[in-house]
Amino acid sequence: MRTVKTMTTGRIHSWDLSTGVDGPGTRFVLFVNGCPLRCLYCANPDTWHMRDGREATVDEVMTEIEKYRTFVTTAGGGVTVTGGEPLLQPTFTAAVLRRCKEAGLHTALDTSGFLGRRATDELLADTDLVLLDIKAFEIATYRKLTGGELAPTLNFATRLDRLGIPVWIRYVLVPGWNDDPEAVDGLARFVAGLGNVDRVDVLPFHKLGASKYEGLGIPFPLRDNPVPEPALTERVREQFREHGLVAY
Amino acid sequence: MTAVAPTNVKAPEPASEAWHGFSGGRWRDRIDVRDFIQANYTPYEGNPAFLTGPTERTRAVWNKVSALFPEERRRGILAVDPATPSTITSHVPGYIDRERELIVGLQTDSPLKRAIMPNGGLRMVENSLRAYGYEPDPFVTRVFGSYRRTHNDGVFDAYTPEMRAARKAGIITGLPDAYGRGRIIGDYRRVALYGTARLSEAKRDERALLDARPSTSEVIRDREELAEQMRALGELTEMAASYGCDVSRPAATAHEAVQWLYLGYLAAVKEQNGAAMSLGRTSTFLDVYLQRDLEEGHIDEIRAQELIDDFVIKLRIVRFLRTPEYDALFSGDPTWVTESIGGIGADGRPLVTRTSFRFLQTLYNLGPAPEPNLTVLWSPQLPEGFKQFCAKVSIDTSAVQYESDDLMRPRTGDDTAIACCVSAMAVGRQMQFFGARVNMAKALLYAINGGRDEMTGEQIAPEAPSLAGEYLEYAELKAAYDRMLDWLAATYVNTLNVIHFMHDKYAYERIEMALHDHPVHRFMACGIAGLSVAADSLSAVKYARVKVERDDTGLAVDYEIEGDYPAYGNNDDRVDAIAVDLVKSFMAKVREHPTYRNAEHTQSVLTITSNVVYGQHTGNTPDGRRTGQPFAPGANPMNGRDRHGVAASALSVAKLPYEQARDGISLTTTITPEGLGHAPAERVGHLVGILDAYTASGGFHMNVNVLDRATLEDAMEHPEKYPELTIRVSGYAVNFVRLTREQQLDVISRTFHGTL
Repeated sequence: MRTVKTMTTGRIHSWDLSTGVDGPGTRFVLFVNGCPLRCLYCANPDTWHMRDGREATVDEVMTEIEKYRTFVTTAGGGVTVTGGEPLLQPTFTAAVLRRCKEAGLHTALDTSGFLGRRATDELLADTDLVLLDIKAFEIATYRKLTGGELAPTLNFATRLDRLGIPVWIRYVLVPGWNDDPEAVDGLARFVAGLGNVDRVDVLPFHKLGASKYEGLGIPFPLRDNPVPEPALTERVREQFREHGLVAY
Repeated sequence: MTAVAPTNVKAPEPASEAWHGFSGGRWRDRIDVRDFIQANYTPYEGNPAFLTGPTERTRAVWNKVSALFPEERRRGILAVDPATPSTITSHVPGYIDRERELIVGLQTDSPLKRAIMPNGGLRMVENSLRAYGYEPDPFVTRVFGSYRRTHNDGVFDAYTPEMRAARKAGIITGLPDAYGRGRIIGDYRRVALYGTARLSEAKRDERALLDARPSTSEVIRDREELAEQMRALGELTEMAASYGCDVSRPAATAHEAVQWLYLGYLAAVKEQNGAAMSLGRTSTFLDVYLQRDLEEGHIDEIRAQELIDDFVIKLRIVRFLRTPEYDALFSGDPTWVTESIGGIGADGRPLVTRTSFRFLQTLYNLGPAPEPNLTVLWSPQLPEGFKQFCAKVSIDTSAVQYESDDLMRPRTGDDTAIACCVSAMAVGRQMQFFGARVNMAKALLYAINGGRDEMTGEQIAPEAPSLAGEYLEYAELKAAYDRMLDWLAATYVNTLNVIHFMHDKYAYERIEMALHDHPVHRFMACGIAGLSVAADSLSAVKYARVKVERDDTGLAVDYEIEGDYPAYGNNDDRVDAIAVDLVKSFMAKVREHPTYRNAEHTQSVLTITSNVVYGQHTGNTPDGRRTGQPFAPGANPMNGRDRHGVAASALSVAKLPYEQARDGISLTTTITPEGLGHAPAERVGHLVGILDAYTASGGFHMNVNVLDRATLEDAMEHPEKYPELTIRVSGYAVNFVRLTREQQLDVISRTFHGTL
């Protein structure tokens, strides 16, 4: 058995309990700090920089998680590591996932896949589910929307398929940015070609993070962008369904 | 089966005929409804596919009576009979729609017309009448003003100056000294199973044992009470006969069983204007009769559901005459017709039957409503189909509350029912003296101010040194608080003793107690409010620094917090332990004082809906709460201080020990639909998971409101669009549009556990 150095530390933002939005059931959700992307719609600008996070040891995190073990297990849930970008701190993330598995908890990793190469096979072996955020399917749009490249994410998706790790695709729908029917169709076709995707969550863009931008004194780029009409959200879900995918 | 009420034209059937097809023996020889249920019920482990919708007949009856609601809402009350003090037999029969009704019986001669019940107190009756534009009847005023004393008169004669002061200041509050105490559940099932003739016989036997004992004051009181109980059973028989029902004999059919049971309950609500007039645990009992008639082909599922729908229509229109102030305190016009559904038997079989489903189905057939107060006794061991149906009904209507069957079953048994919101008792064997609650937050301020009230400056508790420093010091505060709680517990229990002595004397629940065993086990149900404010205040003093601001008279009136402190509701032991300790230590203090009739001491952590009013009467507190700001309801964390979601907040509450709060610990959760999951199809399963997990973690009670903020805000602006919008507030479902604006704002600002 691999052992984890309990003194491994990470930079974390906070933790929360959520139901049915960060993987199955009610889950302990650990938010880590630091993200290489700068998505224009980001709702958590307070998690961009590692330096803004609080330093915590794996032991500290596990002590907190332990308080919820009975609850989340009974409620059909587990633990989700999200951020920020958990793979910006791969050693810490791997250690938390490992310890959760040892404690018998279901584990999920919420990632953009941009740093997928930093996820070791060992880390992924301790991951029961990957929540893979694909922000857009056109290279140019992806770059404009996130400041990063699309290819690493698609490579990571393919690798997860090869390893047989279950995936939920997350698609934040931003009107005028990634709602183009052809682009959505292209993504749906790509996703349907993977054998490990259980479902696709189409998440309507919201502006509830606007006050965080104000607090940080930085502009919220999509402040004036409309949120999707329900009909648009439904159309995009339907496009995924047309490819035989389960979409919510 | 015809659509008219059962009549007594045929000769009384012998019990053997009424009981044909039933098994078991013990219940035949003695009054034991639980034994009857256990020997005869058919557990149902399936899904709700068998249920049926409302028939034309059901719709017609419900529409006819619900058409009266808008006018009632507009005027406060629809009608009242100010001249006839209500008794079991005081009014001639009344009907909603005589041709169509299956279950008959109203409190007065017409639907929604209220009756007066001056035994509790004449002033309450007179004030209520005047508030709605009616003049008190001079004869009633003369009788109850000159010849016949009331509960209220008796209480105020026996109160001490200290009790009056504590009551007036609101450190002890909501006391049932001017209104009916309620929270007594008659075992109304007995009327159906045995008939009143047999029940009277059993009472005669109990009385005979007393006649053999020396005439001490206790024995004399018991003899008089038993005589009154037998008289009340006679009156119930007479009242039922006026509706064409011979309840002296056992019910012979399902239709009669529902009707007999309801008439028993009706007798109670004709006689008592109790704060909570709960029904008990009737669905699985009634299922035995419905199942027998279904198997014998006398009725079909449509008729079975119609009987339950009609019964529930009657339970929805129970009305009492109360003052507008009373309604403000309790949020609306509540009756707490609590029906306990589900649970697991001592032998491990679920007590879930098809009729458990049928009761919940009324929320679809008749639309959502706060009454009857449907309460599911939850256990992770309940059948999956039932759990899923409960969760679905919760998500669709928010009109269900949950209590841990796993905590109650080992203590009060598998025939436990809830009175009011969270008060558990074995039906027909246990009752309680409702004790309202003390204000723990105000008590903390008294500790700081040497017993002076922070709002008025008056000396309420015995004079003690005020805390003098610029900053509050934890050990010093804790010691002063402890002494203050000693005084409070003593004053409180002694006040309750006065109230219940007088209630027994002047407003005895004759018919409800006739449907209990003698002797009965009594609880003295004390309670605490403001737990989260008190715990957070102590946490602020312990983990941050709290500076005191005093007025010219030296009274501490405000506090400034320097630094952060852990707040209750985040599953953080540093502060949760303080809350646990408060519950334990106040219970221990209460237990030090003898109770009237040797009732067993219990306490609740429950505010019902009065957390808003308590907040209005409490000054600034060291946790940063401003004067007048509402308390959190029940055992909830303060609004907005629980920062980690519903599970964390629930786990803080689940730490409070049920053994030290046997009268119940209430948690109200408001969840947006999105908060139960992104995919609507999965929300039912997620709610089941949360309820299982909360129960498995030792949680006792949970209200589940599934709402979004926009809906509530729209309902505030356009109440006419939401006449039926039901939300759960601390143990009770209320019509949102009937809340005051202040209460509506409180509900909205209460933590939405939505996902952002």
